[in-house]
Amino acid sequence: MWRDCLLPVMAVSLAAASPAHAFMAYVSNEKSNTVSVIDTDSWTVTKTIKVGQRPRGIEFTRDGKFVLVAVGDDDKIEVIDTKTQQVVDSLPSGPDPELFTQDAAGKTLYVANENDNTVTLIDLEKRVRLGDIQVGVEPEGMAISPDGKILINTSETTNMAHFIDTVSRQVVANVLVDSRPRFAEFKRDGSELWVSSEIGGTVSVIDPAKHAVTGKITFEIPGLRREAIQPVGIGMTKDGKTAFVALGPANRIAVVDGTSHAVKKYLLVGQRVWHMAFTPEEKYLLVTNGVSNDVSVIDVGAQKVIKTIQVGELPWGITMAPP
Amino acid sequence: MIRWLVAAICICVAATPVFAADPLEIGIGYLGHAGIKAKLSLVEQPAENDGVAGAQLAIEDNNTTGKFLNQHFTLEEVRLKEGDDIAKAATALADHNGFIITDLPADELLKAADALRGRGTVLLNAGAIDDRLRETDCRANIIHVAPTRSMLADALAQYLVWKQWKRWLLVAGSHDQDKLYADALRRAASRFGAKIVQERTFEDTGGARRTDSGVTLIQRQMPVFTQAAPAYDVLVAADESEVFASYLPYRTWDPRPVAGSAGLVPASWDAAQDQWGAVQMQNRFMKLNSRHMTALDMQAWTAVRMLGEATSRTNSGDPKTVFDFLKGPDFSVAAFKGQRLTLRDWNLQLRQPILLVDGRMVVSVSPQEGFLHQTSELDTLGIDRPETKCKLH
Repeated sequence: MWRDCLLPVMAVSLAAASPAHAFMAYVSNEKSNTVSVIDTDSWTVTKTIKVGQRPRGIEFTRDGKFVLVAVGDDDKIEVIDTKTQQVVDSLPSGPDPELFTQDAAGKTLYVANENDNTVTLIDLEKRVRLGDIQVGVEPEGMAISPDGKILINTSETTNMAHFIDTVSRQVVANVLVDSRPRFAEFKRDGSELWVSSEIGGTVSVIDPAKHAVTGKITFEIPGLRREAIQPVGIGMTKDGKTAFVALGPANRIAVVDGTSHAVKKYLLVGQRVWHMAFTPEEKYLLVTNGVSNDVSVIDVGAQKVIKTIQVGELPWGITMAPP
Repeated sequence: MIRWLVAAICICVAATPVFAADPLEIGIGYLGHAGIKAKLSLVEQPAENDGVAGAQLAIEDNNTTGKFLNQHFTLEEVRLKEGDDIAKAATALADHNGFIITDLPADELLKAADALRGRGTVLLNAGAIDDRLRETDCRANIIHVAPTRSMLADALAQYLVWKQWKRWLLVAGSHDQDKLYADALRRAASRFGAKIVQERTFEDTGGARRTDSGVTLIQRQMPVFTQAAPAYDVLVAADESEVFASYLPYRTWDPRPVAGSAGLVPASWDAAQDQWGAVQMQNRFMKLNSRHMTALDMQAWTAVRMLGEATSRTNSGDPKTVFDFLKGPDFSVAAFKGQRLTLRDWNLQLRQPILLVDGRMVVSVSPQEGFLHQTSELDTLGIDRPETKCKLH
């Protein structure tokens, strides 16, 4: 209610903000029910947008005009207009939406509904619900294959990556991975699918054609007990040569060779690192640190943390404006 | 080796998206007593389906997974009445279930385990917290999902010591299990550096739990009972029999917090637990059962989920294959506790964080920071490998 009163005020203050050529990163703050906007030139928060309850999954639309943010405790996805930087609409997901992905054309949105064992399909243009697909218990991670044919959903308690045909909307294969799979990411050439298992402590490398786990990436950090290493977010460079894996309460990002799957380095970031986003030219990688309430900036080439930016409470998801 | 196995299973799964064959049936029994053990607090009265409701939810969860693996789980519940033959009931359940979840007192659990010895049936103890079941009386065919008294006591002690509430007034009930809990608390105090400044026993003289004029009397009794104690920081109550502990908070002679069987209580689960994705679980449970989820529900849920985990990993419902996997190095289960849970191989006890709850909120989760261990910090809770008296055979 009071948000309605607040919005006009925000709009006025926003008119002054000028869109620079810097990239804009949007960060969802799970606890403070806000989205922080980061300018990658000045590395400062230029705007804090009030959103619904418990914002987590966050992504730009393909055209860059809107940012979608799943507000789980409000059972919907809110639409932020990037021009006015305010919530302008919402999409009808199922209960407790968390992560979502969209097809290459930006027409269909696929949403994992944690409470309902379903993936919901939403028409992004008409902003209506198209239907549901039944998956395993506690659906979470979502990814779409580069050719757009296969949608991946991971289910946290079923411990599977479900392969869903985007045309027939049927589950065509299921691959068992380690406990509590949270995130899925394809290599750009479609040759590999990586799935992180938070409780299992591994990243499974899956051959998407054979539907088989072909390798497992494990992490060992001296002085840290095994239970504290909980892989969540994954980011891969476009050439597929380098991957970054957020290790949750281990407070580190693992740098992994995309070809050999060997862990090359651990970068110390903030506390409980969740998700990440590259700047479009892949010069920088921004990662959200849930417990320390900040975002670490990694220089991708140098593989070094160069900056920390304070955001809202319990930052979770992050998305970068397309160029 | 394992990697090959995983790959092999995945190929099998992928190759058969549509199952023509009948699903693999996995029968799980649930053996408990009829009736409930009354609590002092009306809001804490257990439901008739306390425990088994958690098992049922896990059966649903397993069957959702099972749809993709062509596995189907069923639950058969047997409630014993006064005078029923436990060995006979267990044997009858084992005739069509390879696995039995139990909520039985220690001696009855041992009778069931011994009756089924050599049959290959796997028992999963969801209800009994007695340390002796994992120590001198341990059995090779029982997995213990319930935490032990010593794990609960250690979890509480670590927090109280971290809080610098190191001087304890220990008040124990007069029943056997109260004395066992007091033993565990004494052990915890000496392990973690707390001091029991005095011990008192609250004799159970019988009588009704609720009376029309009850509160007035309690308000006079409890201050008197706790007066003239040496200087202490916290009153620690051992009252598993539900005779007095819940009457202590706000009624002690000295203004001191209460912990143990009332006040700050160590438990494997609580309806207030909402960390690490637990809200989804609480919601699923509420939807299915129209009530909050208790520690016993969670212990039964975890037991059934452990079986689901093992059957999906091994692609088998054979009790021996499943049991071997559960005992092996690759087993772990996720149970909304922020880290993987594994089995102690020396006595088949499930390692688990313990919540400290006050009836409305989760105050903390043990093990506490700084209590270190060479293998797993979870092994700072309860009797550890070097001290164990268990010999599995």
